[in-house]
Order: sequence, then C-alpha cells, then structure tokens
Amino acid sequence: MTWKEVFTSSVGKKLVMSFTGIFLILFLIVHAGLNACIWANDGGVMFNQGAHFMGANVVPRILEIGLFVGLFLHIIQGLMLEFSNRSKRGTDYAVSYSKGSKWYSRSMGLLGTIILIFLVIHLSDFWLPNRVHQGFLLGEEINLYDKMKEEFSELWVVIVYVAGCLSLGYHLAHGFQSAFRTIGVHNKRYNAIFSCVGYGYAIIIPLAFIMMPISFYFHWLN
Amino acid sequence: MEHKNINLTLKVWRQQSTVSKGEFVSYQVKEISQEMSFLEMFDVLNEQLILEDKEPIAFDHDCREGICGMCSMYIDGKPHGPWQANTTCQLHMRAFNDGDTITVEPWRAQAFPVLKDLVVDRTSFDRIIQAGGYVSVNTGNAVDGNSLPINKNDADASFAAAMCIGCGACVAACKNSSAMLFLSAKVSHLALLPQGDPERQSRVVNMVAQMDKEGFGACTNTGACEATCPKEISLSNIARLNQEYLLASFTASN
Repeated sequence: MTWKEVFTSSVGKKLVMSFTGIFLILFLIVHAGLNACIWANDGGVMFNQGAHFMGANVVPRILEIGLFVGLFLHIIQGLMLEFSNRSKRGTDYAVSYSKGSKWYSRSMGLLGTIILIFLVIHLSDFWLPNRVHQGFLLGEEINLYDKMKEEFSELWVVIVYVAGCLSLGYHLAHGFQSAFRTIGVHNKRYNAIFSCVGYGYAIIIPLAFIMMPISFYFHWLN
Repeated sequence: MEHKNINLTLKVWRQQSTVSKGEFVSYQVKEISQEMSFLEMFDVLNEQLILEDKEPIAFDHDCREGICGMCSMYIDGKPHGPWQANTTCQLHMRAFNDGDTITVEPWRAQAFPVLKDLVVDRTSFDRIIQAGGYVSVNTGNAVDGNSLPINKNDADASFAAAMCIGCGACVAACKNSSAMLFLSAKVSHLALLPQGDPERQSRVVNMVAQMDKEGFGACTNTGACEATCPKEISLSNIARLNQEYLLASFTASN
C-alpha cells in the first residue's frame, strides 16, 4: 500500500487527527506554563522574560512554524472529516439516538469550530500585533503583560475568553482519550490511565487559562 | 408477573422501493399481550393489514432468538429498542405501557439503502467480509485440545469479538454511520488467534479499504455503537483495529 492510501483511508485520516491532537495537547502545556508566570506577582517581569524568549529566539520561532502546520492539519482534516461523516446518513432519523454517548463526544466538530473562531480572535489580540511590531522577524516586541492587562479590562473580552476555554475543555475531555484509542491503545489498564489523565488535563489546563483573564479583570495581580 | 394486554399507536416508516419517497404511517394495534415479542406484535399488525386488504409492512427477521442478526428496527430512537444487549426479536412488549406511541424506522445509512419499508440492504457487510474476513487455507479437522496453546485472555477476547452477528446496529447508532465496531470485531476475532495471524496485515488493510469504498463514515470513538450492540462488542476492539492498521500500514513492504 502507498503512503497516500494510508493517509486517505478513514483510519489514516483519524491517525492524522490523533497525532496532531497530541502535538497540540503538548503545546498547551508549554503555553499554560509560560503564561502562568503572570502569577509571579512581579508586575509582569518574569512573564515578559518568558515571552521574550519565545518571541525573539530563533529556535522557538522555527518551532512556531511546526505548530502552525500541526494546527492547520488538525483544523482542515477535522472539518473535512466532519463534513464527510455528516453526509453518510442520507435520510435523518425522526428520533435521534443520544443515550449511548456523551454530548461533547458527538459535538467535536462544533466545539472545534468555536475554538477556531476563538483562536482567530485570540491571535489577532496578541500574536498578530506583536509579530507586526517585530516586522515578522526577530525585532523588538510589545509589552505583552501590559497588553493582557489592557485587553482583559473589558468584560466582554473576558467572557469570550472564558467561553473559548470552556469549549476547549469539552473538546479535550473527548479528544484526549480518543487520540490514544486511535493510535491503538486497547489495553484496559492503560485506557484507565489515559481516561483519568485526560479528564484531569481537560479540567486543569482550560481552568488555568480561564483564571488568567479573570485575574486581570478583578485586579488580583500586582 | 401480571399479564396485561395493551393498546399502542405505531408510527412506521413505509417506503415502496429504494428510489421512492418514504413517509411515516400511523397504525393502531389493540389488545397486544405484553408477553409478545416486538416482531410478533408486527405479525399481528400485518394480519390486520392483510384483512383490511392493505399491504403488510416489510421487515427483516429469521431466527427470532437473537442469534442470526437479521432483525433491524430502529425503535423510539435506539437500534433494537430500549433494552440493553438485546435484539428486536427478543424485545418484548412488557417494555412498553398502555397508550404508548412507538416510532419505528429502518437503519439509516447511505451504505444501507432501504429496499422496502423497514428492510435495508446490508450486503455491504458481506463485501467487507469478502475483502479479508476469513482464513484462506483449509485448516482441516479440529485439533486435540491444548495441542495449539492459546493465551486464555486472547481466546476470551477473540470469542467475545466473534459474538458479533453482523446486524448493523452499530452503523445505525453511529452519528457518522461508521462500520468500525463491526469491522473491528471481525478483525479482532481472527487477529487474536494463531490461525488468523499470517494474514492479519493484508486482512486489516483490505477490509478497511472495502469499508471506505462502501460509503461508511469514519469513527470518532463516541461509544454509541458499543452502547447499542446486542452482543456487547467492546469499543476496545476498535482501538485494536487501529493498532492493527497502524502496524500494517507502517511496516508493509509493498
């Protein structure tokens, strides 16, 4: 079989979703970890140092290209699968079957689309102005801590971020476990671990992100 | 248990042929014993329709003891009706109350076109099996017990997968109309045993290719198939299929 046959089969397409999904899960740990520096309560000194390393060092900037490739693969493949899967029923049922599965496992396409919309807002809030300021190379950056403070002083921005992160949480609640099933983890003992870690991850990471705009909005930071 | 007769309203999907447009038609059935099976209730309704000079409702059935996989009704939003681990023929009318309205639909999937009323064409499953769901060589007579040692866990998992009766409820329940639970049961059943081992790679690759060709959707691990399966085929079979496919596709030399 050719590589094309592998990655265009239904199982191969799911493998792409799984590999890119796990890659994005790992990225979120780095993202949440660096952003957590805002809670150092030093007026953003430590946070800006971390942001400077990520934005002005050539290694993270090259890795950033890989991140976008992974992200686009996940989005495009996900949307294509969603549309293809939806077309397989033909005539819809008069009474739909909803008891056998969790609502968020059936709504991965919808949750993913909400996250995509949130991501466009999020990137145009922080990433894009910063890169424009840098001339898309390794130029001088804007003060991202001050930028966060300014953005998160508006209630509606905070609400949009909380909603985006909640969608992320539910997307991860199914996606984390599903990714490992897709790469073939069928051992009961390991599945129990992945299920447990998956739910934990889907709560902790989005909660950490949610607390960031809230911390700024309620002036919990010095 | 107390014996009761009940009256019901049935909303049944009627469709003359694959190409014609179908619709729901309501029927009243009276004095239905709660000890009847769901299909016996349909027999009573069909008798009534024949006496009224109307066309009886076409539905699939064969053994009526839950082992052949022919019956296929989507009852009140669940394949094979409200009971767990149960086929339509083994669903009994005590699952319903007097005055209930029951909606009965055929399996819905493009790969399962409606032939007539509640009968769908499931030969796509046969073609998936023909693509590799067998052992090519004649294995001869059954050998003496324990002359071919097989790990007990593997033997049990293989037997549990072999329980699949190929009814298609997994496809009917899946939001993507995916046949992965069926396929994974067939692949697991053979891959776990020494007789099926030599062909495990070509089997999984060919069967997945045939499943895609038939127009089934991709699996998103929601678990709806496992929840409705009359034989309780485990979702872990799908993960095993994924592993088989991953190994086959990354190690195959041609």
